This record gives sequence, structure tokens and C-alpha cells, in this order.
Amino acid sequence: MLAGGLLAGVMYSLVALGFVLIYKASGVFNFAQGAMVFFAALTFVSLTERGWNFWLALAVTLAVMVLLGIVTERVVLRPLVNQPQITLFMATIGLTFVLEGLSQLIWGSQPHGLELGIPDVPIEWLSQKWNVNISQFDLFAAFVAGALVAVLAVLFQKTRIGRALRAVADDHQAALAVGIPLQHIWAIVWGVAGFVALVAGLMWGVRNGVQFALTFVALKALPVLLIGGFESIPGAIIGGLIIGTTEKLAEVYVGPMVGGGIESWFAYVVALLFLLVRPEGLFGEKHIDRV
Amino acid sequence: MLYREAGQFKSSYAEDQQIFPIRQDRVVIGLLLVFAFVVVPLIGNQYWLGALITPFLILALATLGLNILTGYAGLLSLGTAAFMAVGAFMAYNFVLRMPWIGVIPAFILAGLCAAAVGIVFGLPSLRIKGFYLAVATLACQFFVLWTLQRVPWFTNHSSTGVITAQVITVFGFVFDTPVRKYLFTLTVVTVLALLAKNLMRSETGRAFMAVRDMDVAASVIGIPMMKTKLLAFGISSFYCGVAGALYAYTYLGTVEPEAFTLDLSFRILFMVIIGGVGSILGSFLGAAFITLFPIFLNLASSWVSHTFGVELSHAMVSNLELIIFGGLIIFFLIVEPNGLARLWQIAKEKLRLWPFPH
Repeated sequence: MLAGGLLAGVMYSLVALGFVLIYKASGVFNFAQGAMVFFAALTFVSLTERGWNFWLALAVTLAVMVLLGIVTERVVLRPLVNQPQITLFMATIGLTFVLEGLSQLIWGSQPHGLELGIPDVPIEWLSQKWNVNISQFDLFAAFVAGALVAVLAVLFQKTRIGRALRAVADDHQAALAVGIPLQHIWAIVWGVAGFVALVAGLMWGVRNGVQFALTFVALKALPVLLIGGFESIPGAIIGGLIIGTTEKLAEVYVGPMVGGGIESWFAYVVALLFLLVRPEGLFGEKHIDRV
Repeated sequence: MLYREAGQFKSSYAEDQQIFPIRQDRVVIGLLLVFAFVVVPLIGNQYWLGALITPFLILALATLGLNILTGYAGLLSLGTAAFMAVGAFMAYNFVLRMPWIGVIPAFILAGLCAAAVGIVFGLPSLRIKGFYLAVATLACQFFVLWTLQRVPWFTNHSSTGVITAQVITVFGFVFDTPVRKYLFTLTVVTVLALLAKNLMRSETGRAFMAVRDMDVAASVIGIPMMKTKLLAFGISSFYCGVAGALYAYTYLGTVEPEAFTLDLSFRILFMVIIGGVGSILGSFLGAAFITLFPIFLNLASSWVSHTFGVELSHAMVSNLELIIFGGLIIFFLIVEPNGLARLWQIAKEKLRLWPFPH
């Protein structure tokens, strides 16, 4: 059960990663991440249903997502440079509407099933021996999340682009002053976030089917962000694990006492408790207020 | 061009402290109120009053509430709909269980309940700010709706979770037709809007603005952080609570907790942003824009299908509306990030100088 919770947490982390990426690099709280996940999954699934090869569909969807990121940067973010964060946040909510409408306009709104060829049924010998329900797909999702974090960590820490990204996150003006092309950096970040959204969309699509409810996955990822901190990639993973396990435990031990259905808010309350102790999340950057 | 305030001198403190110090402003406001109270009920038909103007007024009130919190005190909240739900369901319970107190005290009590909930969920604002706070208020949104659905007391043990609002009676006068409901709503909204306008010029309002501009600086000059922030949450939730009660009593009639979803919170936040952050007038402009816009889009889409003979399917139209709505919000933010209220201000300044450019 605990393992199940941990693995559910990994799924949350996958979505949370997209938020963190964009927040870290541009200070934008991208509410459209959920819509991006939905858009990516729907595009992929619709392409494969039209008989496209798996890899071809994947490549095309990836290209679409990167393109979407670049267009977003060009059309939405660039004119809004230097606006207060809340304005940027509202703009991403607007973007959410556009994406939700667009994806359903193009591909229709009926739910699809998604199959990656990895069975999502509990592995028998594990459940018999230790009474643990883990499917091959769970392990695959965990592996993907781990790989994604490793790649992103290397990208952020070791490469030239990563250093530029961190500089931009620190201070837009200073980054511009030392000659970092802000616009390219943002386009890259949104492109990478599109890629992360695609991965998350595929994973969640296999689990729950590709349907409109996928956009609400973003709401599940928010408490993860609160716990992990908005700026931390490892934080997204740790936060996801914490949320996943506590939610599972609460479902089993607290749920029956109050009549069930607590998964809609329990994660938020856990996150609030964490915030009372650490206002910037576990791994978030500490802000020092100066007058 | 319209008017100039030259020649109006203030010779007493009372004159200096009026809500509307310029005579022409007073005249305009007076005329607007006369128009709203007398002319609109005469010319408006049932559909317009019941389905358009009343919800506009109610949403304007909720927007005003959120604007007090977000625009004046600078605390971002995504739980507006939850506070409205508290107001709606508590008003129902007060009228149901204590019928002798009358509807208006019940509304006030419901607002106070919403304020209490707001203060409880505003507590994290003492520690966290910005988006952390915004996400934390989501907890309120989900928790309140869950409670309303789970605890049968709130819905008077209704099996479907739907409540039917009682008929409003004040001193024997029954507000049952759309026109009367409109008048009731208008009265409440007018009174609360004037109160808000006044409050924002007072010490409390200025403390809110100081906290918004920089809370560390505000606490350094001696503004009590806890009191101010919680008061902002309390007042804002009170407004939202009353708006929620009106939503149930004068607009929907029958309500379920699902009427107050996160979507409504976002719509109200849009109204604040599009109308103008930190502006009473902006709350009304924003609410008008967001309520009227989908209707306008509907008309436009039916016009398109008529003139071009293109039959658009229902799903297609609603998706197109979604895209246009989202696109328009982005467009608005890019063109005028300070909202409609700022546009109005610019227009006024231009007209003052007219016909000279500078």
C-alpha cells in the first residue's frame, strides 16, 4: 500500500515538474500546464488512432509541443515582460482556455484509451509474496520520472543553457546585461515544459484514459509544488512522494471515518501544514524581504 | 470635455471628506442610481432582468469582495466561490431554522459566517504569500465544497444535495418576481458598494494598500500585520458571502454545492483583472464585461451561421467560444494590464484636456 502511494506520488511529480521548470526559469506560474498535458496526450492518441507509427506520432507530438511553447513565448509572454506575476498568471489561465478549446476543436471531446504496450496490472509474484500491488507500468512510470529528473538536473547544473536558465531565473535584467538572450531561453524552457507535459500526458493517459478530466491533474500537482517548493526539481519528486503516500494512508485510515471522498482536499491540507513550518516549501528558495 | 471641477471650493472638512467631492460626480451617480432603480425595471423584460442584470450585479458584488482582498490588500485568493457557497448555504439555514429573524439579518449572519471561514483560511497568509498563498486558498475551495456535500445538515438532509431558496420577505413585502428580486439585489449591492468605497478611503483601507505595496515596510511603520490581513480576508469573505446568498436567493433559486466550483472563482478573478485591480468601479466594469461577453459571442455565432449558412455544431461553438474567451483575456492583459478602470481614467484625463493634446 505504501509502495502504491509512493508510485502514485511519482505520477503527481511528473506533472509538477512542468510547473517547476517554467517557474524556475521565468517566474511564471504556468496554470496552463494541465491543459498542455491534455493537449499533448490527445494529440498523440489521435495520431496513433489514425494509424500512425508510435515513434512518428511521438516525434510529431513533441514537435507540436515545442512549437506551442515557442508560440506561447512569442505571443503571450514577450509582450508581458515586466508585468506583475499575477498578470502573467492570468495570461496562462487564458492560455488554458485556448488550449482546452483548441484541442477539443481539433480532435473532438470523446475520451480515448491509450496503450503503450506495458501492462498496468499488478505483478503477480509481488502481490502474492509481499501483498504489494505494483504493476509493471508503475515501475516504468517511476523509472521515467527518475530519468527525467536526472536529465533535467544535468541540464540545469552542467550545461551552458542550464546556467543561462538559472541566471535568468535569478534576475532578468542582470542576465540580459551579461548577454543572455532572454527570449531564446524562454522559448527553450517552454519547449522543454511541453516535452515534460507530453511525458506526463502519456503516463496519465495510460492510467486514466485520455479525456477532459486530464486537465484537472494539474490541480493535483499544486500541493506537490507547495511542499517541494516552486523552484526545486528534486522538490517536485519528494513532494510528490509525500503527497502520494499521505493521501493513500489517509484514504485508508481517515477516509472511512468521515465518509470518504477526501482526496479532493486532503493533499492541500497536508501542504498547508508543511507551509506553516516552512513557508517556501521544503526545497524552495528562501526569500529575504528588504524594505 | 464633459465637465471640469473648476470653481468648486471646499470650505469645510465635511466637504473635503465626501465620498464624491465633485458635484458632477454626485449628479452622475445619482442619475445612474435613478436609472437603475426606476428606468431599468420599467423597460427591462423578465429575461433581461432575471438572467442578465441580476447575475451581473451579484457577480459584481463578489468581484468587489475579491477586489478588496486582491486589489487593495494584495492577497491573491482562489477560494472566492467557496466563500459564496458558505454565504448561500448559511443564509438558507438561517432562514430555515430561525425564520423569526428575517431575511436581511439572515443574510448578514450568513456573510459573517463566510467572514469567519475566510479568516480561518486567511491564517496561512500570515506566513506565506504570493502563489503559495493562492494555492493554499485552493484548499479552502475544495474543503468547503466537500463539507457542504458531506454534512447533510447544511442542505437540510435533502437527498440530492440541492436546496431551494425560500421566498424573500422583508416587512411583509414579498420579493418574488424577477423585477422585485432585481430591486432587492440592486439595493443590497448599492449599499455594500458605497460602504466599500468609503472603507477604502479610511484608515483600514489605507492599511490594506500599505500591506499590498510592501508588507515589511507596512509593519515597520506600525501597521499590525495580523489584524490587517485577517480583516482583509474577513471583509472580502463577507462580501462574497452576501453575494453567494443573493446568488442563491435572487438568481438561481435552487442551488447545489456544485454551483460554486473553482471555475466560478476563476471567473470572478478574471472580472477583477479585466475590470481593474484595486478599483471599485473596475469591479462593476469587469463583471459587466465577463457576463455580457459570452452572450455577445453566442449572438455572433448564430449570426455567422445565419449569414454564411455554415451550420456550426454545438460542441464546436462552445469550443470556439472557449478559444476566443481565452484569447481575449490574453489580448486584454497585453493591451491594458491595468484593466477597464484604467481605460476609463485615461479617457477622463484626455477629455479634460480636450481639445488640446497636452
